[in-house]
Amino acid sequence: MIGMNKELLSVSSKERVNQTYKIETENLNAWFGTKQALKDINIKIRANSITAIIGPSGCGKSTLIRCLNRMHELVPSAKVSGKVFLDGVDIYSKNVDPVIVRRRVGMVFQKPNPFPTMSIYDNVAAGLKLNGIRDRKRLDEIVRKSLEQAWLWDEVKDDLDKPGASLSGGQQQRLCIARALAVEPEVLLLDEPTSALDPIAASKIEQLIVSLKRDYTIVIVTHNMQQAARVSDYTAFLYLGRLIEYDVTAKIFSNPREELTENYIAGRFG
Amino acid sequence: MAYIKDKGGCSRIMQTYLVRKFKDKFAYAVCLACVIVAVIPLGSILFEVTKNGLPALNMEFFIEGPRAIGEPGGGIANSIQGTLILIGLTSLIGVPIGILSGIYLAEFGNNKFGKIVRLTNNILAQFPSIVIGIFAYLTIVLLIGSFSPLAGAIALAIIMIPIITRTTEESLKLVPNTLREASMALGIRRWRTIMSIVLVSAKNGVVTGIMLSISRIAGETAPLIMTILGSQWFFSGLTEPMDALTLRIWRLALLPYDYAHTTGWGAALVLIIIVLSLNILARILTRSKFVLRGV
Ligand SMILES: Nc1ncnc2c1ncn2[C@@H]1O[C@H](COP(=O)(O)OP(=O)(O)OP(=O)(O)O)[C@@H](O)[C@H]1O
Ligand SMILES: [Mg+2]
Repeated sequence: MIGMNKELLSVSSKERVNQTYKIETENLNAWFGTKQALKDINIKIRANSITAIIGPSGCGKSTLIRCLNRMHELVPSAKVSGKVFLDGVDIYSKNVDPVIVRRRVGMVFQKPNPFPTMSIYDNVAAGLKLNGIRDRKRLDEIVRKSLEQAWLWDEVKDDLDKPGASLSGGQQQRLCIARALAVEPEVLLLDEPTSALDPIAASKIEQLIVSLKRDYTIVIVTHNMQQAARVSDYTAFLYLGRLIEYDVTAKIFSNPREELTENYIAGRFG
Repeated sequence: MAYIKDKGGCSRIMQTYLVRKFKDKFAYAVCLACVIVAVIPLGSILFEVTKNGLPALNMEFFIEGPRAIGEPGGGIANSIQGTLILIGLTSLIGVPIGILSGIYLAEFGNNKFGKIVRLTNNILAQFPSIVIGIFAYLTIVLLIGSFSPLAGAIALAIIMIPIITRTTEESLKLVPNTLREASMALGIRRWRTIMSIVLVSAKNGVVTGIMLSISRIAGETAPLIMTILGSQWFFSGLTEPMDALTLRIWRLALLPYDYAHTTGWGAALVLIIIVLSLNILARILTRSKFVLRGV
């Protein structure tokens, strides 16, 4: 099933815009009703990199990443214009199935949201089971691998049939990461994944994110400047729905081009 | 000076504290009293039914049909059978339609059509059941040309559907959107998300609605007079009259014999037991948590 998804989205290499970028947006605009939340965003995200998105509350960070896996359109009255290329193919073009986009571009939310009626095992296996994969041996393998990748296996390996909601907040968030990894996406979008967690749980998840870079392209929204500086390769600064500055993280934090960026990073607003 | 002021403030706080504490206690007492007032009729009905109905219960009562009028003995087996058939047939029609309409209203009903359906549904829920019985008589009974369990089930389903629709819609709306998003973000399709994540999370509310509607239809009498009529015999086909516990109780109550009244109480007790056991059964069957159903 998962192999087929790539087929559906792959187009002849002629049509590909640029191979080195995993995701590329072109004049991306997004609205909630009449309120415009994103204005002409152009951003190129490299494969196997970690990109941090920073900016004050309400500037459109969540909206931006939700446009990258077509989750934005699930909000009633929401609208999108512009293009988002995934491996050179516009995910908003007519013949692309949003469900397949979401399988290739996984997402972890700000608040851990395990399925409350399911066991730990079923939470991780949900994406596969509900898409028709029944082979128990294969499921066992993927569940184990995903939990190991999310550094949760050792803590839960004896309790796989306990409810997912019985875990601590940090464990639940890692469970959600494992759940996202189980469907083998290529891109992982993380919306403030550590904001609900204590520093120890947060640092575990930070290490985890860095370790995932080898296999995934990662975009992480964060309010925590130190976190952005610690984990990311590139940083994008968003303000009032516009992309103000986007560069190598070291550059953004040491020598930003824009005064606005400098003021935000220095904590003068936001 | 400051010291005295402080003390005054303190005792004022103490005073209002006591008033609040009293109010709190008082409100609790009022609530408790109301609960007791509400429970008294329920308790006394159960007590009366049990006291008067128990003597009627014996083996014969559960396995035989009625004897000729005026002759004591016999049982209510045909009426029990009829009520169970009605519950089954009605649920077969009403539960799927009710749940699917509830799903539609909760998940896709945020538009004009949804509003109309919701309004119609709420009006239908308050329709006098005798009107629904007349409707079923005029359409189905006259069409088939005979009284029929099917007509009874359709009339009862019309009563059942709005109840299930409304409780299903309300239960689904209580499921947080974050769960729907979590599922959709995994690349799970909308319908599968609804069936396997949302509906399963709302299971308790949905089942409560179904049980509520079954209790309601099991106690209906008026629409049955015009659809299944009542009968001395066991079920003998979808185009023949059939009996039901409520019809039986009603007929027995009109008879001038003591034995008939005892049988009537017994039938009422059996009806209550059937509804209660269905409730308990449904709870047990849906208790198994943490099972992921592949729909
Ligand atoms: N469901 C919604 N309906 C209407 N407007 C919304 C909705 N969600 C967000 N917005 C608006 O869109 C803008 C961008 O919101 P978004 O959630 O992307 O901000 P954010 O940068 O993620 O903020 P935060 O850091 O607080 O999470 C905000 O001004 C917000 O008011
Ligand atoms: Mg946000």
